[in-house]
Amino acid sequence: MLRTFVRPALSTLNCKAASSTTGFKSGTKYGGKTTVTLIPGDGVGPEIAESVTTLFKEMSVPVEFEVVDLTKYTLRDDGAFNNAITSLKRNGVGLKGVLNRAGDFRTHNVEFRGNLDTYANVVRCMSYEGIKTHHTGIDLIAIRENTEGEYSCLEHESVPGVVESLKIITREKSMRIAKFAFDYALEHNRKKVTCIHKANIMKLSDGLFKRCCAETAELYPSIEYEEQIVDNTCQQLVINPTQFDVMVMPNLYGNLVSNLGAGLVGGAGLVPSKSYGDDIAVFEPGARHTWMEMKGMYVANPVAMVLSSAFMLKHIMLHEAGDNLITAVKDVLRKRTCLTGDLGGNAKTRDMTTAILKELDSRN
Amino acid sequence: MFSGRICKLLGPTLVRHNHTVTLFPGDGIGPQISASVKEIFSTAEVPIEWEEHDVYPILEKNGKTRIPQPAVDSLFKNKIGLKGPMRTAIGKGHVSLNLTIRRTFGLYANVRPAKSIPGVKTPYSDEGVDCIIVRENTEGEYSGIEHTVVPGVVQSVKLITREASRNVAEYAFKYARDNNRSNVVALHKANIMNLSDGMFLDQCKEVAQKYQDIKFRDMYLDSACLKIVKDPGQFDVMVMPNLYGDILSDLTAGLIGGLGLAPSGNMGRDGLALYEAVHGTADDLVEKNKGNPTALLMSGLMMLRHMELNDHANKIEKAVLATLGERKVVTGDIGGRATNPEYTAEICRKILASS
Repeated sequence: MLRTFVRPALSTLNCKAASSTTGFKSGTKYGGKTTVTLIPGDGVGPEIAESVTTLFKEMSVPVEFEVVDLTKYTLRDDGAFNNAITSLKRNGVGLKGVLNRAGDFRTHNVEFRGNLDTYANVVRCMSYEGIKTHHTGIDLIAIRENTEGEYSCLEHESVPGVVESLKIITREKSMRIAKFAFDYALEHNRKKVTCIHKANIMKLSDGLFKRCCAETAELYPSIEYEEQIVDNTCQQLVINPTQFDVMVMPNLYGNLVSNLGAGLVGGAGLVPSKSYGDDIAVFEPGARHTWMEMKGMYVANPVAMVLSSAFMLKHIMLHEAGDNLITAVKDVLRKRTCLTGDLGGNAKTRDMTTAILKELDSRN
Repeated sequence: MFSGRICKLLGPTLVRHNHTVTLFPGDGIGPQISASVKEIFSTAEVPIEWEEHDVYPILEKNGKTRIPQPAVDSLFKNKIGLKGPMRTAIGKGHVSLNLTIRRTFGLYANVRPAKSIPGVKTPYSDEGVDCIIVRENTEGEYSGIEHTVVPGVVQSVKLITREASRNVAEYAFKYARDNNRSNVVALHKANIMNLSDGMFLDQCKEVAQKYQDIKFRDMYLDSACLKIVKDPGQFDVMVMPNLYGDILSDLTAGLIGGLGLAPSGNMGRDGLALYEAVHGTADDLVEKNKGNPTALLMSGLMMLRHMELNDHANKIEKAVLATLGERKVVTGDIGGRATNPEYTAEICRKILASS
């Protein structure tokens, strides 16, 4: 009895997420180059992944991409999918586009996260100079528990016409994500963590999540802690988004808030994200949309993917390359001479890639 | 079920010259803003008699909460009601008040229009917001069915039924048609929740077949969140399950200036309708009577339109928008210094001036 209660508590306190300063355990390195899994994904994924590979080549970044192309396999053949998982576990770091297909009972995006246990999804929504939006000065970090909650995909039709869908919240995972959020806040010099919940209605499930966050907050007295109901959060985000710092929340609310935040700073094309598991980190665009209808037309904005790859570089300790890439991207956005359709311009994906390259060259 | 057009009033109250409407003033600023609404309606000569009741749920010894019987009888008789803000009870055993009210009166669809108000400046005023959220109001994530499987593991059940989904879809399309709206979009997460949101979406699609004059499309909820903060003008009528509706309707209220300005209506069976202000009780404003009655007033206008008293509604609306537009006599929450009575008097003055 004692073991079952003590063990989970200890393990959550000791949990280690592969965040940028806890040390990247180099998974695979040959000839000085780090091997990173690259999964271009569906829709416009391959096009924006191409921007990354072009930039890395020109920058001579010591990264070798192990490309796993999942666009050609069918629902019946899970071999390619399992290869992707194995590759990611081996390399410990990956760059991923969004997948658009459904698996047996979960979509493959959800399956990925479950298999790799990348439980913390971090989306930083920051206002970019040069991008016209309704609000300015935004710098919020949405930390989303990414493996349980409403995305447990446990549904059944009890009787014809009545469906039950289960939302699962566990103490273990809630403590884990709460600790991650506070550690992240400390590491990045953030002042406040807000727990987003709907515990007034979902008293047991969100109530448990909220309690876990409150308990964890007591271990971090230097960080301000507050709680907010999710509908009020969404209202506040459109009235005064600058009030938010770090936000931690269960799966579905995280999905909404990160998309809302992305919309506030300029759209899905601009926001990168990082997903952390204990020994693995996956970088992908923050607002996960494949934009299937524009596939092949090379009009997508590569910024989200490029920034994700820059954060990936910083994660594998190539800080200078990562920082240079981020600065170059911000400069391109600030100058406003080359913008894709979603930002009000008419540049193509490759035009943006070229513009970023020019910025990089001009510094050298 | 539905009988005839949604906007038709049913029941014996029609035959009298004055319509009798149930009024639940509520708590905090509730009684004060209800008084304002009554005064404005009477200045505009709206043919309404008010029947006031207390709708605060009673917690019985057996653990059930129920609405006081006089309130229940009144609303079932009159079929139209207006409700002020209510305080949530803190303490064990109290089920959410709103849930109790919804269940008692069978309120299955919640309608929240969000329209930019001239004079209330938000970052979204220039492009103009004019959307309506129709939210399923009885089930979904708010079923209240939760349990602890083992210590540390909690399960919360989201219930979606074909019947409830169909009812709210029917209402959304009828509302769109009756109010000359051109398109309806269903918001969902059927890619993740295939069965539950999938069923909701299927019902919307089926109902859409019957309304060929209305454009229908569906959108993932996260896509909608992304798009609505970039370009809210593209949204017209939106229909969705309970939780998403709750979140999104607060979002759209934020786009136009906050919950203090947002009206709301709840539809029940056989034409029963309860309109309400969805903001809080603002207890700190009670002493100086500085609450803002606009939300309750706008809900009252929705109610008048439902009762087909459009001329009166238009007259009052014109006065309210003019007062807000001038920004001279407006309440503190929208940047002015007026008290509730001063704001109310200004609106009444404008109504009289226009007659």
